[in-house]
Amino acid sequence: MKRILMKPLTNLVLAVSAFQASTALAQMDHSAMQMEASATTVDGRDPHAYSDGYTLTEGPYAQPGPRQLKLADEHAFWSVLADRLEYQKDNDSTVYDAQAWYGTTFNRFVIKAEGDISNGTLEESSTDLLWGHALNAYFDTQLGIRLDNYRDGKDRRWLAMGVQGLAPYWFELDVAAYVGEDGRTAFTAQAEYELLLTQKLILQPRAELNLYGKDDLDNGLGSGLSDLALGLRLRYEFNRQFAPYIGVEWTDTYGDTADYRRSAGRDTSDTQFVAGLRFWF
Amino acid sequence: MKTYSATRRRFVQGLAAGGVLAATPAWLQAAVKGATALGSAPVLSGREIDLVIAETPVNFTGVTRMATTINGSIPAPTLRLREGDDVTIRVTNRLPVDTSIHWHGILLPYQMDGVPGISFKGIAPGETFVYRFKLQQSGTYWYHSHSAFQEMTGMYGALIIEPREEKHRADQDYVVELSDWTDEDPMRALSKLKVQSDVYNFNRSTFFDFTDDVSKMGLQAALEKRQMWNQMRMSPTDLADLSAATFTFLMNGTTPAGNWNGLFQRGDRVRLRFINAASNSFYDVRIPGLKLTVIQADGQDVEPVTVDEFRFGPGETYDIMVEPQDDAYTIFAQSMERSGYARGTLSVRQGLTAPVPEPDSPEWLTMKDMMGAMGGGAMGHDMMKMDSMGQTKMDHSQMSGGMAMDHSMHGMQQGSDNPLAKPSSTIRHARTEYGASVDQRVDTPSTNLDDPGIGLRNLSQRGLRPQGHRVLTLADLKSIDGVLDDRRPPARELELHLTGNMERYSWSFDGLEFGKSTPVSLRHNERVRIILQNDTMMTHPMHLHGMWSELETDQGELRVRRHTIPVQPAQRISFLTTPHDLGRWAWHCHLLFHMDAGMFREVVVS
Repeated sequence: MKRILMKPLTNLVLAVSAFQASTALAQMDHSAMQMEASATTVDGRDPHAYSDGYTLTEGPYAQPGPRQLKLADEHAFWSVLADRLEYQKDNDSTVYDAQAWYGTTFNRFVIKAEGDISNGTLEESSTDLLWGHALNAYFDTQLGIRLDNYRDGKDRRWLAMGVQGLAPYWFELDVAAYVGEDGRTAFTAQAEYELLLTQKLILQPRAELNLYGKDDLDNGLGSGLSDLALGLRLRYEFNRQFAPYIGVEWTDTYGDTADYRRSAGRDTSDTQFVAGLRFWF
Repeated sequence: MKTYSATRRRFVQGLAAGGVLAATPAWLQAAVKGATALGSAPVLSGREIDLVIAETPVNFTGVTRMATTINGSIPAPTLRLREGDDVTIRVTNRLPVDTSIHWHGILLPYQMDGVPGISFKGIAPGETFVYRFKLQQSGTYWYHSHSAFQEMTGMYGALIIEPREEKHRADQDYVVELSDWTDEDPMRALSKLKVQSDVYNFNRSTFFDFTDDVSKMGLQAALEKRQMWNQMRMSPTDLADLSAATFTFLMNGTTPAGNWNGLFQRGDRVRLRFINAASNSFYDVRIPGLKLTVIQADGQDVEPVTVDEFRFGPGETYDIMVEPQDDAYTIFAQSMERSGYARGTLSVRQGLTAPVPEPDSPEWLTMKDMMGAMGGGAMGHDMMKMDSMGQTKMDHSQMSGGMAMDHSMHGMQQGSDNPLAKPSSTIRHARTEYGASVDQRVDTPSTNLDDPGIGLRNLSQRGLRPQGHRVLTLADLKSIDGVLDDRRPPARELELHLTGNMERYSWSFDGLEFGKSTPVSLRHNERVRIILQNDTMMTHPMHLHGMWSELETDQGELRVRRHTIPVQPAQRISFLTTPHDLGRWAWHCHLLFHMDAGMFREVVVS
């Protein structure tokens, strides 16, 4: 049991180190290639070495009082991205997957919200409230909580830790591990890619998988790899911020999750045609 | 669809009669009394000038927007002042927010430099600030707001200081001020770049570009062409952050459709004072059919050099002499990322036009732009086979040629005992370049000055321009004798790197945005060398306030006096300066969004 429980966490650690390694690799290649030409790079110069101890508010000719000049590096920005707001015809349900953030370049408050609305009621939803901090040039670490709500099940609360960013070859990755009550653990990974057919017509393959540390009978989730979703969406960007799309989403369930579904008389895998909107502001 | 295209055309070309809408209010009439028209901006001269800053409705694209204006015009009035004069310029703020005016390239006491928070407090709403300074120099300069994004929303104008003795005889004398207008709120535009840094790039590499390349060069070569870019998460089409997707490009405040018109008589010598007053746009300027003789750079005399085209970035100015013989010529200024152009006409009569060229197709950045001198060497080996690499090879040989020549001249000029005779070639990355704020560092920078830059290399060879077409490079610019008056070798050397993270849209020196930085401290009247290494893939026009930036070659040969030096991707340049004026000064990239994102330092002279 313990071994299974630890597995998702091990996976996360492996995944994180893989990203870091790949990032490092990209940079290493870069410098290794140049090594032969230039052996005269010296690292570690002190960026304050030329200041003579002065600061932006202290030293000769500094304006009196608190610092007045603040540029955008000290300005908080915000954004909301509805990556998927779509109607699934066969399920007759509406799915949303959105992310919002508020903060600076390197530190941000992040909200991720995903959910499924059928017959006018929220079937299930998952909301992450996270503090994001820049890990390197392309990735942020995210720490916080996740709240899962089920109409016909038991709500769950989790501590969340994850990594989100842009991997080499332009893959958008979002990976997180969760620790819940009663020794529950979970792991999710999402990857997206944007293939530009033209400047406005964009094909977006997407993959998402979920793992759980132990069975959750109330919510019909089994331990181990629970489900995998693969999607392909074709959107047309009327402008960069507003794009309707059509697509197809294939999901499959595994292990106990599949068994629970079978015994409830539901399909274990499913192919949906979707139509939706992607927008951000 | 038809409606869409019509709207789009109007947006890019602008309204023919686009510009400032307001009927001149009474308070303004007093301020602009006695003004005469030249181009589209009124001219003010004398020793006392009154300027009034206010919001004014404008319409460049079919949509009315509020601009921030100086005396109600865009561009602001051209100030024609006289060298040696003590001038008094009263600036009254009728905006609901603080404002300021910076006199770009002018040597003056730091309290008069107009940077809020560094030189002074700024000008509060309703307040009048009195600038008083003595004009110690002559030439073509400009002035603009240094507060928030007011420069981008209309606050820029030409500042011409007539010399006591004019050397350059001209029959016609025109200011050609290039700028860029957006209907968007600049802060909104910046915030979009923070979310998606290629939001204004409509030349991104697509799947069909890839299949085209596969059919042209084979699958392997097409993959290799992209491999490094994709692995490093860098876009080869990232030539500018903003484009005609939001900008309407202006010449003297006039849209391309409006077609600014300068008149001449056959046989005239026409002086064109080009000022890049754009917020974020580099322009490549040519006048098909005319040779352009560059006589001044940044207001300072250079040995005349005749070219067919030149590139300049925000903040830079070039004075050009032309001798037109035909009836009409197009002044064509395409933006560096090739999304559009500003355009005007020189003609013998009003209303004539000449053919307007198509903008060139945008070119991919090369490995040279990513990694400098080694771009065409060991690493780019495979890629050398491909189209863009042939020219990198060429640049490389041009570079060696240039260096050899510089070397011999250097031998003649100074002894080699002084370790500071040449700028250091040891690359010193700051420790703060190894964090989230920096997405790449260059270890083999190019140091040659004779690269015209991406999109302007080998134009004749590629059939894009007539044979023998010459593009100005920094290597062509030499101050005339007497301009570079401090011949002391540098007593010390500072090195700073220009850094950024495109994905996060963060820009900085040494990986430290302004808020985290400390000032660069210079000693009064010292001779000091500053090395700037560009560790990014964009060209940064670096503007140092309060003192000259005197560009040298990589062999330490002093070349040309500038106030704004464009530093190309993966390039390492150096300049000498002598800070004669005490105080605190700003030093920043003059791409407004790069400056505001943090590529900004304070300099203390004490």
